[in-house]
Amino acid sequence: MNEAVGSLTIVVGKAVMIILGLAMFLAVVRLLRGPNLPDRVVALDLISILAIGIIGAYTILANEPVYLDAAIIVALLSFLATVGFAHFLEIMTFRKRAKHD
Amino acid sequence: MTEVLVAIFLVIGALFMLLGAVGVARMPDLFTRMQATSKASTLGIAAILGAVALHFGDSLAVTSRAFAVIAFVFLTTPVATQMIARAAHFINVPLWNTKINELAGQYDPVTHELHSFKPPTPTEATPTNMASVREEK
Repeated sequence: MNEAVGSLTIVVGKAVMIILGLAMFLAVVRLLRGPNLPDRVVALDLISILAIGIIGAYTILANEPVYLDAAIIVALLSFLATVGFAHFLEIMTFRKRAKHD
Repeated sequence: MTEVLVAIFLVIGALFMLLGAVGVARMPDLFTRMQATSKASTLGIAAILGAVALHFGDSLAVTSRAFAVIAFVFLTTPVATQMIARAAHFINVPLWNTKINELAGQYDPVTHELHSFKPPTPTEATPTNMASVREEK
């Protein structure tokens, strides 16, 4: 690692990586188990937010501000994906109703 | 001094994110899960990116980028959560331990418009079945 980062930051950064990995594991459990589609969409949203957190922690750990651009992209994409899924779910109810009528 | 502050912010953010993930894994139904994840993880993001902004405090470009991500997440998470909750209500996701669902029947089934109070239509509001209509609501 870079010398400009203090030893406290390295220890805490690694601990934060482990905590966020555990959180990611719990979110993946919900993604696989989720009884229906909205549950999975919520889990996916949480996973992308956790990815932003991991990128932020890694930015500090590696002392490289360039990685922050990846966090911006992930934030934009996760919002688009969530809104798209929600719109798809709502459109699906219209289709189901049209099939019934 | 800055290093200690960065460490504190990082740990706070990571713990809040872990809290949100535990809520997603343990909560009993979709809507409670959603309120656990959206608020806790948003605060976690704010703390972690605040730590990034502190760590690169001498460079304005990095700090402003970190605050841009924070502002973006704060603006978009409520919108996304509201849209998922609305869609889930339309596809009848089961509610946990709910006695009275005051939202049931308030959305127009065809146009998906929300009414603050939708009076029962004349066919279902005959005096004989009024009680059952009120019970459904």
